[in-house]
Amino acid sequence: MGGMWAVFRRELGAYFNQPVAYVVITAYLLICGWFFTSNLFLAGQAEVRGFLQMAPLMLVFFLPALSMRLLAEEWKNGTMELLVTLPLRDRDVVLGKFLAVFAVFAVAQGLTLLYPITVGILGHPDVGQMVAGYTGLLLTGAAFAAIGLLASALTSSQVVAFILGFFVCFGLYIMGSALSLVPSVLLPLFEFISVDGHLANFSKGVVDLRDVLYFGSVVVLCLAATVNALQGRRWGR
Amino acid sequence: MIQVESLHKHFGTTRAVDGLDFQVATGQVVGLLGPNGAGKTTTMKMLTCYLPPTSGVARVGGIDVVENPLEVRRQVGYLPENVPLYDDMGVIDYLDFVARARGLSAAERGPAIEKSAGRCGLEPVLHRNINELSKGFRQRLGLAQAIVHEPKLLILDEPTTGLDPNQIVEIRALIRELGQEKTVVLSTHILPEVEAVCDRVLIMHQGGIVADGSPAELHHRFQGAQELDITVSGVAAHALKKALSDLSGVEQVSFAEGQQAQDDDGVSCQITAPGDVDLRADIFGLCVDNGWVLLEQRRRVVSLEQIFRQLTRGEAAPTVPEPTEAAAGETL
Repeated sequence: MGGMWAVFRRELGAYFNQPVAYVVITAYLLICGWFFTSNLFLAGQAEVRGFLQMAPLMLVFFLPALSMRLLAEEWKNGTMELLVTLPLRDRDVVLGKFLAVFAVFAVAQGLTLLYPITVGILGHPDVGQMVAGYTGLLLTGAAFAAIGLLASALTSSQVVAFILGFFVCFGLYIMGSALSLVPSVLLPLFEFISVDGHLANFSKGVVDLRDVLYFGSVVVLCLAATVNALQGRRWGR
Repeated sequence: MIQVESLHKHFGTTRAVDGLDFQVATGQVVGLLGPNGAGKTTTMKMLTCYLPPTSGVARVGGIDVVENPLEVRRQVGYLPENVPLYDDMGVIDYLDFVARARGLSAAERGPAIEKSAGRCGLEPVLHRNINELSKGFRQRLGLAQAIVHEPKLLILDEPTTGLDPNQIVEIRALIRELGQEKTVVLSTHILPEVEAVCDRVLIMHQGGIVADGSPAELHHRFQGAQELDITVSGVAAHALKKALSDLSGVEQVSFAEGQQAQDDDGVSCQITAPGDVDLRADIFGLCVDNGWVLLEQRRRVVSLEQIFRQLTRGEAAPTVPEPTEAAAGETL
């Protein structure tokens, strides 16, 4: 466990010692801010639903961008060799890195709490719905972070890691809108896999255990696959 | 400290390490010597649990690297080739990270970092960023992170590559100092380094060990031939050659270019003889008997570099060293 926190601290430091975290967080907040304020000022609606609906699409882009360097950079610079010859379990390394990228995302997401607070001052929003919406976003972010981390384990190129992570996240996201193209036999499967359907419940204000389990299993599966990929790249060759 | 038994590592069809057997006792400073591709780095990567062996056994401190890699890693400090470090971190932050990851408690970390940084001479750069460090300081930081947890075994892969001559001397002194209390395995292809630092040399070639012993033992064992350079005045070249050739034990007498004629500096020639006879007294006697003046006499035995070159070119035993090689062997 100590090893996991050592990795977590180092990764968090790496995000904030380099411009990465600042650039990604700023861009995220600017775009989120646009969706929120356009709703507030142009449509005159004191609510966060517009922002909550657009945010997952942005996460498709931002989380792979945040997580692309986590392991790809270690492969590229050779620091992987020192990292894995420390007395750390591979799962401590993977968990520490995952928690670091999730923490950066949580900070960005936390900064958007300004919007619900503004809305709360201006009107009478449904608090439960907002809490559920935020929970859904955090879970989506966790799932996409795990996917991005897995992509980063598979290659030593950050660009490839980003594109790979982006496509998987985007695929999961778009699947819900493309259901009409799917043969009816496979429909339930696709519905289950797509992020959209699970997220829809949250934005309605419903926190269903099944949806939580869905995101949880994406995270666990991807992290386990990342541990495997780490071992495979060393032990396989 | 280290037991390696019929260790193999194959990459596809390439046999990087092919049936390696050796043991290292506690406290030894062992140099793995060999050309690039001999399997030195691969061997070290297996000992540090970075790569798994294809077959065979490797134990560090009695612990198998496959069965209990975490425990092995706890006992080992490792400096990989090219010293990969996190460029985005500060020097202190990096040492702190390694100390934490190595499980040192909060109370132990401060003194441990201070001690290892002090031993490696990192004080002037403690508050710098790693990407600002010179190559020499990077190497020192690499060593400092390897000893922060006081390991019993230090594994250093080409610790002096890319350093300038002053830095090389400093790093070697540091390794010698560390070797007084720890077992050290280092790899290199720089021969004087082995002679300067190591108690024992393992010469590797094509994934196996072709020679094992202290630098002095290897000299002794492979002393297949010797060369004598002499300069004599008061005699013509052909007469000298004839007289020398008649001495028992002399195999060959050769003159350097342009040295056939006698001049004021005398005649210089090179004598080749088997390694186990000493001709120096005989040559002196010969000169005295004939009234010649022996101006210069120097014996050259086969150097470690020649042993290395002979062994790693796949020849059975060193033969007569070529003069040009002998000259090269003394430099660097």
